[in-house]
Amino acid sequence: MAKNDVKLIGAWPSPFVLRARIALNVKSVEYEFLQETLEPKSELLLRSNPVHKKIPVLLHNDKPICESLIIVEYIDEAWASGPSILPSDPYERAIARFWAAYVDERWFPAMKGILGAQDDAARMAAVGQVTEGLVLLEEAFQKISKGKSFFGGDHIGYLDIAFGGFLAWIRVTEGMGGIKLLNETKTPGLLKWAEKFAADPAVKDVLPETQKLAEFSKIIIAKLRAAAAAKAK
Amino acid sequence: MAWSLSRSELHRLFRLQLYVHIYSRNKKMSRSKTNMEEVKVIGFWASPYVYRVTWALNLKGVKYEYQEEDIFNKSGLLLQYNPVHKKVPVFVHGGKLIAESSVILEYIEETWPQNPLLPTDPHARAMARFWTKFRDDKKPDLYGFFKRAGEEQIQAAKEAQECLKILEEHGLQEKKFFDGDKIGMTDLSMGWLAFWFEAMEEAAGVQVLEANSFPRLHAWIRNFKEVPVVKENHPDQTRLLAYFKWLREMYTKPATT
Repeated sequence: MAKNDVKLIGAWPSPFVLRARIALNVKSVEYEFLQETLEPKSELLLRSNPVHKKIPVLLHNDKPICESLIIVEYIDEAWASGPSILPSDPYERAIARFWAAYVDERWFPAMKGILGAQDDAARMAAVGQVTEGLVLLEEAFQKISKGKSFFGGDHIGYLDIAFGGFLAWIRVTEGMGGIKLLNETKTPGLLKWAEKFAADPAVKDVLPETQKLAEFSKIIIAKLRAAAAAKAK
Repeated sequence: MAWSLSRSELHRLFRLQLYVHIYSRNKKMSRSKTNMEEVKVIGFWASPYVYRVTWALNLKGVKYEYQEEDIFNKSGLLLQYNPVHKKVPVFVHGGKLIAESSVILEYIEETWPQNPLLPTDPHARAMARFWTKFRDDKKPDLYGFFKRAGEEQIQAAKEAQECLKILEEHGLQEKKFFDGDKIGMTDLSMGWLAFWFEAMEEAAGVQVLEANSFPRLHAWIRNFKEVPVVKENHPDQTRLLAYFKWLREMYTKPATT
């Protein structure tokens, strides 16, 4: 397939964009990466995602697909001949989708809570919530991986991609607060999983460098804190 | 030309045919056994999320057992079945537990492919999932007017209308149903608009989904209510109104010092 049939509108720091990039890599799909500065948002982005005006947006033969997990499922279906991203069994697919939704709806807001925390007390509370979530994900990992390296078994799959998109941000958050979110005591499985995930061929060239992301995160933190302060007034 | 086989070749062929017959019979049995395994829905009568699931099962002709759960007094069973979210619906199939309505719908679609709820084209499937997610993500904006009063309610009603405008103009567009000529997964996810929304508006004393401003959504509601599985199975409007009036009182009660 010609490279310009597939375009991805995104930005390198975004964990959601990363999900789409990893999925495309799993399927060995060549694509054009259109970097957004988001200030201002490009005409193409506004036209392709008029409802949310957010990244990532996948453009496949000029048809836009929005929302990162929907994009990952689309990639799995549109390039069905490549390695599978979702498991084949309907129940295993349900489990993967359930935990991916959990990551987005419960766990990620708690992560944002750490970065946007106004003071130490708020930060500690958010760290507590994130840790609880990671313990749940560790249990899920033990059950789902059945002793193999990834949620998807021997190869990375949907849930690895859904959760793994946040790995660089987890590392940045750990560095910032001098905490170990993934650790031997509470999340030994996920700790090993993280190393393997980061080294996976579909991941290693697109996973943001922790140091570079830490620098970038200062901008995000300022925005999150300003938003939290405005909300508190 | 005649093809003659020796006695031993005939025996081998017969054995092979027998094995193939047994294998395919077992495969058919296990497939139908999976489909025939016990199906149960744990729900709450006033939940639109539960109805998504029961409508889907009815559309596909799947028999199920329904168990009512009082969400204001959660049972040990619910807490055991859905420890992460402690919510309904919970779907049980042959002992396997699944929670989250959109996850359950995808499972139902994959397990019972008859009367499909999703199109085959990957892009069309992505769009169907997009609109279900939009509706679920925008729940705070869509429901906000119900929980508020006075100036805050007027503002919240405007926010709800912005979301509804997007649904009308980008989601539904000129189609009869969100999923085209027949209802699909998206329509089931929008079912809350058909019965619940008007009860919430009446209980909250505010009109949000005005017919003049939202002609297409109003037409969709009329068409949706006429679909046989919906007509035969929906919450009782009187009971729903009483429920929302009671909920509204709880939300707008002044805080006790």
